[in-house]
Amino acid sequence: MDGIGWNYSDKVKEHFLHPHNVLDVNEEEYNADGVGYVGSPACGDMMKIFIKVKDNRIADIKWQTFGCASAIGSTSMLSDIVMRDGGMSLDEAYKITPEVIINELGGLPSNKIHCSVLGDKALREAINDYYRKSGHPEKIPHNKESRIVCHCLNVTEEDIKMEVLEGVKDFDELQKRTKVGTGCGGCIDEVKKLLAQFVEKYYKDRVYTGSNCGINN
Amino acid sequence: MEKRTVYLDNNATTPLHPAVKEKIKEYLDYFGNPSSVYTIGREANFLLNQARQYAADFLNALPNEIIFTSCGSESNNTVLKSCARNVKKNGKKHFITSKIEHPAILHTLELMKRDDDVDVTYLDVDSYGLVNPEDLEKAIRPETVLVTVMFANNEIGTIEPVEKLCEIAHKHGVLFHTDAVQAAGKVRINLAEMPFDFLSISGHKVYAPKGVGILFARNNVKDIIYPLIAGGHQENAIRAGTENMLGIIALGEALRVLKDEMPSEAAETLRLRKRLEAGLLSIPHTKLNGHPELRVPGCVNVSFDSIEGESILLRLDLMGISVSTGSACSSGSLDPSPVIMAIGNNPERAHGSIRFSLGRENTEADIDYTIAAVKDVVETLRKISPIKLD
Repeated sequence: MDGIGWNYSDKVKEHFLHPHNVLDVNEEEYNADGVGYVGSPACGDMMKIFIKVKDNRIADIKWQTFGCASAIGSTSMLSDIVMRDGGMSLDEAYKITPEVIINELGGLPSNKIHCSVLGDKALREAINDYYRKSGHPEKIPHNKESRIVCHCLNVTEEDIKMEVLEGVKDFDELQKRTKVGTGCGGCIDEVKKLLAQFVEKYYKDRVYTGSNCGINN
Repeated sequence: MEKRTVYLDNNATTPLHPAVKEKIKEYLDYFGNPSSVYTIGREANFLLNQARQYAADFLNALPNEIIFTSCGSESNNTVLKSCARNVKKNGKKHFITSKIEHPAILHTLELMKRDDDVDVTYLDVDSYGLVNPEDLEKAIRPETVLVTVMFANNEIGTIEPVEKLCEIAHKHGVLFHTDAVQAAGKVRINLAEMPFDFLSISGHKVYAPKGVGILFARNNVKDIIYPLIAGGHQENAIRAGTENMLGIIALGEALRVLKDEMPSEAAETLRLRKRLEAGLLSIPHTKLNGHPELRVPGCVNVSFDSIEGESILLRLDLMGISVSTGSACSSGSLDPSPVIMAIGNNPERAHGSIRFSLGRENTEADIDYTIAAVKDVVETLRKISPIKLD
C-alpha cells in the first residue's frame, strides 16, 4: 500500500526532515541581535528564534524547536518566508500570521494548528527584543486594539481567532477556555457567529485530518 | 544502514501467527451457524467448542467459563456494567481501580459515574507503576463491589501484583477482575491457581485477528453478568449475536499454539528486549519508564530528554520502524500520557516517551538496526532542540 499518505503535507515532511536555518552553533557564538521564545517543554512545544538585523531588515534568522513534526516544519518554513528576497523588513516580519505559514505548508492537521502559531509569536518576541536591546523600546508596536466582543470578560475578536487557531471549534470549548459570554451573556450570539466564521476560514479545505498518536492500545 | 521494516508495536496489535493464518484459510468455507441443527451447523458448533476448549486449556479454566466477545474492551465493559447493574439490587456501588488502567476501564468507569451513580477509588502507583496492596486494603469499603486492576500495563509493561490484590479483595468479599490483554501470551496465566473472578483477553494482541476477545467469568460468579448484547442463547445467553466463527477459530488456534511456544518465545523476546534496552539507555539523558524486573518480556518504554515523541516516532517511521509515543498530540489536548505522568514523570518526560514493544517476529538484526536508528534520530532532534543538556 505505497499510496498511503503521510500525516502531513509533502512540504511539512520536507521541512521536518531537512529543516532550514537551524541554529547550528552555540548562542554566544551566533550573537543574535534579538532572541524570542514561546511555549514550554511541559506543553510539548517550545520555540526559540534568533535574528540579526541590518538597516531595519532581518539579515539572518536562526531557530531551535522542541516539538512535533509540524512545530519543526512550520518554524523552518517561517524562517524561509522571512529570508525570501534577501530578508524581510522588521515591519513586514511583524505582520506574519499563522495563516501565512499554514498556507505555505499546504495545510496542517486541524489539531496541529496551534504549533505553527508559535513560530510567528516567537519572531515578534525576537523583534521586540531587538528593539529593546538597540535602545528603541518605543518602536515595539502596540497591539492594534482588537475589538472587544465580550465586555464583561474583556474578550476580543483577536482572542477568539487565536483560540480557533489553537484548535477550538465549538462554543463550549471556547467558553471553557476564555469564559466568554459567562457574564451578562449578551454577546453569545455574536461570539458564535465569529467562531463559525473563523472555523470556516481556518479549517475549510486547507486542513489534513491527522490521526491522534497517543497510546490507546 | 540499509532500510528495513521493523515492527515494534506489538502491544498495539500483533501480526497473525503463521499457524493461525493457515487455520483461517482452512476454514474459510465453513460458513455454518453453530446454532443450526443440521450437519454444517453441528460442524460449526464443534469448531466453536474446540476453540473454547483450547482457550480453557490455555488459561487452565473450564470451557463453560470462557465467553467469546468482540474484543478486550467489550470484556471489560461487560464486567463493569454488570456490576453497575446490580447497584439497585444490593446497594454496592463502589469500584476500585488503578490510575494506569486502559481507557476501556477508565472511560467506562467515567460513564458509569455519570450515569449509574457509582463511586470510584483510583489507586496510586509507585514510580515503577506498581499498585501497593496496602492501598487496596485501605480503600475497600462495605459497599465495594469490584476491584479491577490490570495484569500488565499497556504502556510500560509493569506486571501488577494481581494475585495479592485478588486475595485482599476476596478477603473482604469483593469481586476481582483483571484486564489481562497485555499479559496473555507473555506471562503464564493459570486460573486454577489465580482465583480471579473475571479476566479479559483480546485476540489481536495474541497473534489472532481483530474483532474477537475473551471474557473469563468463573462459574460461581457468572450469574451476575448482564448481557451487553441481548438476543439469542449464544455464549450461554451472556453474549448474544451469531458467533464470529473465523475469529473464534483463529483465537482458539493462537492460544493452542502459544500454550506450547510461550516459554521459549518469552525467553527469546526477553533476550532481545534486554539488548534493545541496553542500547537505548546507553544514549545519554534517557530514562526507563516501568519496572526493571516485573515487566512483560517485550516492552521497553523510554523517555528521551529535550525532544518530543511524535518527532521521534515519525522519523523512525520513515526509517521503517513502528513504535508508539506517550506525547500529547491528540486533538484539543495538551496532556501527555497519564500513565507516564502517574509514575512521577514531569510532562516533558511524558512528551518525550517512546514505547517499543517486541513480538515473536523480531530478530537481533531488527534490534541492532533500531538502536542505530534511534541514536541517529535522537542526535538530530537534539541539535534542533532549544533545550540544552549538559
